[in-house]
Amino acid sequence: MPDGAKPVLEVRGLKTVFRTRSGAVHAVNDVSFSLREGELLGVVGESGSGKSVTMMSLIGLLPSPPADVCGGQVLLRGVDILKATPDELRRVRGARIGFVFQDPMTSLNPVFNVGNQIMEPLRKHKGMSKAAATERAVELLELVGIPDARRRLKSYPHQFSGGMRQRVMIAIALACDPEVLIADEPTTALDVTIQAQILELVKELRQKLGMAIIWITHDLGVIAGIADRILVMYGGQVVEQGPVREVFHAPQHPYTRALLRTIPKLHGAREARLEAIEGQPPILTAAPAACPFAPRCAHAFDRCRAENPARHSIDSRALGEGHDVACFWQAPAPQEAAHA
Amino acid sequence: MLDARDETAPLVQVKNLKMYFPIYSGLLRRHSGDVKAVDDVSFHIMPGETLGLVGESGCGKSTVGRAVLRLYEPTAGSVRIDGEDIPTLTPEALRRKRPTMQMVFQDPQASLNPRMTVADIIGEPLDEHTTLSRDEKLARIYELMDQVGLNRAFANRYPYAFSGGQRQRIGIARALALNPKFIVCDEPIAALDVSIQAQVVNLLEELQDRLGLTYLFISHDLSMVRHIADRVAVMYLGQIAEISPRDALYAQPLHPYAEALLSAVPEPDPSGAQQQRIILKGDVPSPANPPKGCNFCTRCPKVMDICREVEPKLQEAAPGRQVACHLINPL
Repeated sequence: MPDGAKPVLEVRGLKTVFRTRSGAVHAVNDVSFSLREGELLGVVGESGSGKSVTMMSLIGLLPSPPADVCGGQVLLRGVDILKATPDELRRVRGARIGFVFQDPMTSLNPVFNVGNQIMEPLRKHKGMSKAAATERAVELLELVGIPDARRRLKSYPHQFSGGMRQRVMIAIALACDPEVLIADEPTTALDVTIQAQILELVKELRQKLGMAIIWITHDLGVIAGIADRILVMYGGQVVEQGPVREVFHAPQHPYTRALLRTIPKLHGAREARLEAIEGQPPILTAAPAACPFAPRCAHAFDRCRAENPARHSIDSRALGEGHDVACFWQAPAPQEAAHA
Repeated sequence: MLDARDETAPLVQVKNLKMYFPIYSGLLRRHSGDVKAVDDVSFHIMPGETLGLVGESGCGKSTVGRAVLRLYEPTAGSVRIDGEDIPTLTPEALRRKRPTMQMVFQDPQASLNPRMTVADIIGEPLDEHTTLSRDEKLARIYELMDQVGLNRAFANRYPYAFSGGQRQRIGIARALALNPKFIVCDEPIAALDVSIQAQVVNLLEELQDRLGLTYLFISHDLSMVRHIADRVAVMYLGQIAEISPRDALYAQPLHPYAEALLSAVPEPDPSGAQQQRIILKGDVPSPANPPKGCNFCTRCPKVMDICREVEPKLQEAAPGRQVACHLINPL
């Protein structure tokens, strides 16, 4: 969407290692991306691809030990928050960066009413009086489409349905007008008809509030509907990045290409047989010395097994600005690759 | 096989199946009501066919699968599988019937005993229902492992050593051990990653071709059901809203709920070509207290006065298509 806008958040060379008694797990390897003003960045990948760990590392939400964010920079408007003191970080989390988690059942506190939980960040971060915070909480619940908001402040999480709970989570995340909202699989636990309601709400909120959003999911359909740019992760690294239409129409990385082909379609010709990606995702016990996808890749050659490819831009735009891919193999021109 | 279907009788015939779970409340734990998880469901499955059963969480689709195999004792209704009425079988007769009807469960983590090796898990049905010698049994276990694409060398490993997709293969091998005719697949791919889902679905299809299996494929993934099923039943709040042949349903759903459900599925196509979404208002009512009249009347965008009064019957709306809606003129 807003090309050339300044990045709100810039991540450079992020590395996270879990050091456990049974060995190290290199969950995030040299991940770089930027998030521009007003943009929605979709992050896709399978379980274990490092998408959630990347986002948790950004804002110091991983327990350490075992997690060790051992490299890189996370620049929030130019200031490295990896170097921030715990106190400074606390002023960032919940205030400047909001978070929505996957499971609205377990991320709300069952013993406090939702009013309390929405008002907590307002009182802590903004120092609002109780009366002012109550008014703002009513406003927020109305914003996320919860009817009868004033009365519902006194309700407890169990009195809401799954979709309504996720709306409450979004209200909490939005409470302090964050510059960045990170949503980790926010609709995965919901039914499709409820998911459609939440996606509609997010589109509305973007128009009204215009914050930058990072949306983590494994569902390429969801990304296609809402994202401006997409970041594809595999084996703890970014394998492809670019504007969502370009990546869907001319996917470059064999993993992205296979992933798009492996999903059965709802319309159009029905495939006789699904194209499966054989094999298993990698176990990241060591920092990768080769391409993590090579063992499952139909196009892999010797170099892929000896060297980890760096991301390179596939067009004239600077790395990270346009469409880039981490692969030695050259994808055929989009005409052939175009899928219906 | 397709041609033979019309002449043969259905392998599975379910009529007016009801599964109520009682609610006890108050100090004396009096029976105060029922959760009507499955309320008057009828369908049939032809030999070699796959019937997809779709719906949102809590609509009763898994309960149908379990009640059909009599993992629950159904409250009412008949289930004929290969000529025998399952709900009225004596325990001994049911036990003899079990080898012909099996189940693949959703969560391969929870449905495999962590203290048993793969060979023990796959071999357990053989211990229970056959009198094979040790060598014959081992040969059969190896054969099954080959069939589902598991390496024989791993026969003595425990489930934790396998990934989700491989565990699901173990569950499938166990279901196949006794040469069943009919398998209920209860969300067999829901817990798997996208790249692994296709592997398991391809395996299920291969096995169906090779062994002539009949599937009841329960899923909430509408695009995967379009891929695997021949006919599809759409459930809402314990009842079937529509049963149609796959292509007819996906081309033009007749029931307003089926229409909304299909339109809500996000498609991996960012060009914006997707047809208009129908956003349903509100949530699914509780199956303990379903609305009067049509159970979809509280959320239906096309609701009429009659819908709030009279419950629509599942009727033939077009050849091979049954729909429960007042808007649809029966044939």
